[in-house]
Amino acid sequence: MRTLRLLSMGWLFHMKMLTRSSFNTFLGIVYPLFFATIAFFMFKAGDDPKPLLWASLGAAVMGIWGTTSTAAGNALSRERWHGTLELLVAAPTHFSYVLLPVTIAMATIGIYSMCATLLWGWLVFGIQIEIGDPLAFALAVPATVITIGALGFLMAVAFVRFRQAWALGNMFEYPVWLISGFLVPLSLFPAWVRPISWALAPTWGIAAIRGAALGGSPYADIAVATALGAAYVAIGIALMNRALVAARARATLSLT
Amino acid sequence: MNSVRVFFVGGLTSYRALFGWLSPWVFIPSLVVAPVFQILLFVYIGRSAQLESDEFYVIGNAIQYASIPCLFAMTQTIAGERFQQTLGYILISPARRLPLYVGRALPVVLNGFLTAAVALVVGGVIVGIDVPASSWAPIAFVTLVCAFSCTGLGLLNAGCGLVVRENAVLSNIIFGVLLVFSGSNVPIDQLPAWMQSVSEVIPFTHGIEAARRLADGETFGDVAGLVGEEAVIGVVYGAVGYTVIRAMEILSRRWATLERA
Repeated sequence: MRTLRLLSMGWLFHMKMLTRSSFNTFLGIVYPLFFATIAFFMFKAGDDPKPLLWASLGAAVMGIWGTTSTAAGNALSRERWHGTLELLVAAPTHFSYVLLPVTIAMATIGIYSMCATLLWGWLVFGIQIEIGDPLAFALAVPATVITIGALGFLMAVAFVRFRQAWALGNMFEYPVWLISGFLVPLSLFPAWVRPISWALAPTWGIAAIRGAALGGSPYADIAVATALGAAYVAIGIALMNRALVAARARATLSLT
Repeated sequence: MNSVRVFFVGGLTSYRALFGWLSPWVFIPSLVVAPVFQILLFVYIGRSAQLESDEFYVIGNAIQYASIPCLFAMTQTIAGERFQQTLGYILISPARRLPLYVGRALPVVLNGFLTAAVALVVGGVIVGIDVPASSWAPIAFVTLVCAFSCTGLGLLNAGCGLVVRENAVLSNIIFGVLLVFSGSNVPIDQLPAWMQSVSEVIPFTHGIEAARRLADGETFGDVAGLVGEEAVIGVVYGAVGYTVIRAMEILSRRWATLERA
């Protein structure tokens, strides 16, 4: 119960902090709209028979990853700059429980972007939002957000030794957009790319959201996404333990 | 002579200072890897949408990505000084402003060109586009002109940086506008009329079209008009940017807001 309270309060606290930042809110909403606009123009002008809602949903979920990738990569560096990293690591609570709600809050901010993109598609491009299975959709969206937050957590932990971790986080924005199938069907990729796509929770998240809206097997996709998210958290905690032991032994936590 | 020194030495020092923080751990992910993946993203979206050829997206996105270094590095010449608390010292110095600012722009142009050129070559090799060997040199020149014109816009962006706190937000939004309006991914004739009008007056539109035509086998003479328009756009943005910087500098002295923004 104490852990749940810590996770929920951490999430709420960081949500409030992030909503005060124009980089995370205004830019987080507007920036994916540029990519969505291009995608809408391209799919409208092209010969592809897929419905525009297919592209609209993909572009909408791009925003969730967009708000997470750079910010999650930078999560530990931010604490370093604030001078709070050592305090948080030294606290009796495991540091993972402090960091996980931070990255999930970053992904949650992406819901603004998701709504804005769907609204943009409807208002400007006339893309009707019709959800075939509302219950599955209501489950798929939070599952996608949480698993993307979990992927951000794993990234944040993996980049703990990098001073310029934000750049690495930023570097992963396009690749995940590309190979998770947000705007490109996985069948178009070379065969060796597909296993990488399958290992990414956003792939299953967008499949679940599309399945709920357009028809498919959303519940199975939600289950796979959730399982992958849990795996990311478990791997992240294991990595975190090793990183903290090493940082304490070598006194390298602050990277100064 | 002093102005020449400020232009070259000041520009070089600023460039080196920029790369003091822009280490390989920033440079390679941001300016080598990211543009290649931007190219791949739009190449595959293009294949999915069945709209244009791979070459269309490789050239459009490689050149358009020059906007990242051109916009961010140019803005950083102002924001970085403020962050280091040295902006006030620079602005009270007797150095002439034109060589001071334009000297800082020169390395940015070269950096933008280098970023776009690497993205063009690497992206082209990965995707497998076929460009005549005789076209590479003129395309390189067009890319340089595009980097110049976007640095002009970057100068204007840097001027806004004197009064706007969120430089990164502004630079990202300008990047997005260029991505949508420059024809890097959506053919200009597919855009609504008002967007086409905007496309005419922003960096990259003419340069990207020129580069695509060169890649299709046209000679430099055929696209010289487009390249000239791209260069003129750069000069106009640069002149407006310089004027804005000077105006903001004066206002910031009058209102004592230099460090506040």
